[in-house]
Amino acid sequence: MHPLRRQRMIAIVALLLGLGVASTFVLLALNENLDVFYSPTDIADGKVEVGRRFKLGGVVLEDSTRRDPQSLLVNFVVTDRFREVPVRYQGILPDLFKEGQSVIATGSIENGIFTATQVLAKHDETYMPKEVAEAIDKAKHRTASEATSNGGSAP
Amino acid sequence: MIPELGQWCMVLALLLAGIQAIVPMAGSYLGDEALMRSARPLAYGQCLFLLLAFLLLAQSFVAQDFSVAYVAQNSNLDLPVAYRISAVWGAHEGSLLLWTLILSLWTVAVAVFSRGLPLSFISRVLAVLGLVSVGFLILTIFASNPFLRHLPPLADGNDLNPLLQDPGLIIHPPMLYVGYVGFSVAFAFAVAALLDGRVDQQWVRWSRPWTNVAWSFLTLGIGLGSWWAYYELGWGGWWFWDPVENASFMPWLIGAALIHSQAVTEKRGTLRTWTLLLSIAAFSLSLMGAFLVRSGVLTSVHAFASDPTRGLYILIFLGVVTGGALLIYALRAPRIAGGPPLGWCSREALLLLNNLLLATACAMVLLGTLYPLLVDALGMGKISVGPPYFGNLFYWLMAPLVLLIPLGPLTRWQGDRWADVLQPLRLFAVIAAVAGLLLAWLSGDSSVKSVLGLIGALWVALGTLVFLLRRVARRQPGRPLLSAEMLGMSLGHVGVAIFIIGVMLTEALSIERDVRLEPGQTETIGAYQFRYVSMRHLDGPNYRADEALIQVLVDDELVAEMRPQKRGYRGGQVMTEAAINPGLFRDLYVALGEPVGANEAWAMRLYHKPMIRWIWLGAIFMMLGGLISAAESRLYRRVRQSAAEGAAGAHA
Repeated sequence: MHPLRRQRMIAIVALLLGLGVASTFVLLALNENLDVFYSPTDIADGKVEVGRRFKLGGVVLEDSTRRDPQSLLVNFVVTDRFREVPVRYQGILPDLFKEGQSVIATGSIENGIFTATQVLAKHDETYMPKEVAEAIDKAKHRTASEATSNGGSAP
Repeated sequence: MIPELGQWCMVLALLLAGIQAIVPMAGSYLGDEALMRSARPLAYGQCLFLLLAFLLLAQSFVAQDFSVAYVAQNSNLDLPVAYRISAVWGAHEGSLLLWTLILSLWTVAVAVFSRGLPLSFISRVLAVLGLVSVGFLILTIFASNPFLRHLPPLADGNDLNPLLQDPGLIIHPPMLYVGYVGFSVAFAFAVAALLDGRVDQQWVRWSRPWTNVAWSFLTLGIGLGSWWAYYELGWGGWWFWDPVENASFMPWLIGAALIHSQAVTEKRGTLRTWTLLLSIAAFSLSLMGAFLVRSGVLTSVHAFASDPTRGLYILIFLGVVTGGALLIYALRAPRIAGGPPLGWCSREALLLLNNLLLATACAMVLLGTLYPLLVDALGMGKISVGPPYFGNLFYWLMAPLVLLIPLGPLTRWQGDRWADVLQPLRLFAVIAAVAGLLLAWLSGDSSVKSVLGLIGALWVALGTLVFLLRRVARRQPGRPLLSAEMLGMSLGHVGVAIFIIGVMLTEALSIERDVRLEPGQTETIGAYQFRYVSMRHLDGPNYRADEALIQVLVDDELVAEMRPQKRGYRGGQVMTEAAINPGLFRDLYVALGEPVGANEAWAMRLYHKPMIRWIWLGAIFMMLGGLISAAESRLYRRVRQSAAEGAAGAHA
């Protein structure tokens, strides 16, 4: 083969190999670090694997926040106005954490209790994260359809 | 009256921009000099009206004209004047006007400093810039007009988002925009060159300083944003891999690649089409950043109030600009002659590797940022990509780059021998390894990744030193020791080293503790004892605050008194004002959480962050490096020469 061509061949093969290796690592890392977003209804439906990290979104239920007076432990309930999930968190809540407002918590669930490692609230008071808004919407539709189906079966 | 004048100014600017996009371009094809000559005055006129519009908006803010909806939403009677002015770009509409104004300022700069360029070329460049400006002006006027009236006027306005009531935020967006928009110049140069069908080294020489300056400002803007997040968001992080941060980081990575590939194309004539492609990519990614921030597709601390129409418009605009440029590229690039072939062991080959690594890193960030959007759009559920994805991959993708940095400047263009390149570096590689291990041991840092990172940083620093020493040793009489280009490059590379040291040590050694403290209680972090003394209330101009007094002691000696605040703003927003005791080698950081229980007990975050200032120091070095290399006189001298030649040729 012509030496220049040979050189090009080697360069192209090396490039493809490099790209292959890089994309493999990228995809592996992506797969490992994906956090799926679930609502309390999803959890009630058993969509969530016990012990796996995920994001829980919803609204903080009114009058559900309980603080431990001696430590930074705090318990509250997240709801999508259809189902509820109790949350445990050890640490400082964000400034915008408020009952009746939306939160997104990262953590995992065990024995029906969600242990959060991070709690986020968004900086605009009127703003509801898209995920939370849609989850609440879905839950609403379900409530409505269940109500009608119950009504249908009633004598 | 004033807001209507502002409207008129924007409309006039749009008209001028439209003419600027069409007439000079047509002139360049018809060979009509008069049409081409209109490009510069049109650019000046457009800029004048945008400047007027901007000043009129600022005037509405200063004069508290609450009949303007945008003013009423983002200002109120108690807001201090400085923040009333920064409120001009505190939300979507005004920041878009600022963006357009900066674009037009760049256009004027190009018009003024391009006297040496052929008229047909510069008229195409200015026409492309005019087209981009038309896109943004249409968006501003029709979908996000800051001058819209709200009648009857409100007695008092809402409030500027308290997060933005901060000196860092006054300058962060303008610097960032100067960077983003600056890439439009390289973009316009690339498109004009493609339309010419001719890419010579002269072209690259013209566009190099612009790219360097834009990249430097982007570096500064991102650095300021990171610093602001650190002290203002109240949790002491400096980078979150937040989608909007990523949106600014992607053009930065491609810009860094572009700076290096332009060097290759200018000096050796190779990688021409690649340089063109990067020029298009850098600006397209800037536009994509604008789309991501303003469309509301993202859930992010940065996202502006979402409006799907604006998002759709920007998406279409992005499609037209990027798609159009890529189409021209696809049609014209094959005609552009390649340069001389690459030798394996040459500076251009090393810089090509640099480009591949930076481009891969950018692709990685792009995938991680867009993947959740894609999955959502396909209705496959809602996911997010955790920061470790970005952090880990970025580390390993940049590791080979760090290894290569010292080699580049020491390798000759065209061809060299590895033995000659590596020989002077061997000793320094050993020194870097030993010193890195020593530094890690002294600071108590034991994670493998971070020790390797430290060694890498020292390797970059020492390698740059070797380069400088060699320049001194081989100094030729009568010639300057270092050209601006070389000095800028060295500073930039040292900046990389400083940055890596800062990141590695901060990440590995920071101590962060959330505690519950009552007055009189003490918490010990490392050598520092944080004593919570007392709490008091105070009133600011437009907020009320709780302020704690915390004394920090080392061996019973007072080293700092810190006063973190928790502020409640008029609009009901709560803000954490962290107290930071800065130092070159460590920061002490205290942020108030919330009151917990009786006795004025508060939840507090206490941080000890070693070397965190080095992260921003590194960014400052990189920025200076970029600016100084842009001052390289060689780039301008030949422009003037060729202009003289051109003139001589015309007369002959």
